[in-house]
Amino acid sequence: MGVSITNFSRSGLSDWLIQRFTAVVMALYTVFIVGYILSTPGLDYSQWKEFFECTGVRIFTLLALISVVAHAWIGMWIISTDYIKPAVLRFAFQATCFLTMFVFLVWGIDIIWGL
Amino acid sequence: MNENRPVNLDLSKFSFPFPALVSITHRIAGVILFVGTIFLLCALQDSLESAESFAAIKNSMTTGFGSFITWGLLSALAYHFVAGIKHLVMDLGIGEELKSAQIAASLVVIISGVLIVLAGVWVWA
Repeated sequence: MGVSITNFSRSGLSDWLIQRFTAVVMALYTVFIVGYILSTPGLDYSQWKEFFECTGVRIFTLLALISVVAHAWIGMWIISTDYIKPAVLRFAFQATCFLTMFVFLVWGIDIIWGL
Repeated sequence: MNENRPVNLDLSKFSFPFPALVSITHRIAGVILFVGTIFLLCALQDSLESAESFAAIKNSMTTGFGSFITWGLLSALAYHFVAGIKHLVMDLGIGEELKSAQIAASLVVIISGVLIVLAGVWVWA
């Protein structure tokens, strides 16, 4: 079959760029959250809730969540095309990943903005 | 029949060089993090719901079996983070030769090893 199996962005170069951009976003977010927790000894519920009520924190969290979903989609797609040979199984795996990531996104938005 | 068709190599018969093992571990850590996102979202949800659920999730993330999940996810995150930075550095053309690639792979193991130990200290100390 000469069909080229395209993916998230229909272009390898664009996938490569998205993978790097989302990686940097998640790395910065990880440092931000870990830094906040470490620099706030005895962190309690009211401080934590107040932190996530900041619009800036919510936007950053949503950006990180979208990055997780895009990054994981590209990563899991690459893994599925490398290791799962039967087309039906591969498609089922990709569909499961896609649904899972869709749930992550909607669920995450609900957590962040539904406060 | 075209004889030059690509061959699916039997990966189980290879002897992998060290940087290849570092790379496959990066993939495995990535899959763990993807699955682990379920736990992270659950924890975020509980932590923001009420003072009681905040205390409950904090307790279950830092004691017993839950503390191993926390440490495991932090370890996967630390490894994936460090190995990912190696990728970004390699994108700049650094660490592409045999010798430098082996050094870079060693650095990933050493630095993430330190972070994994520190994550354990964070969870249990």
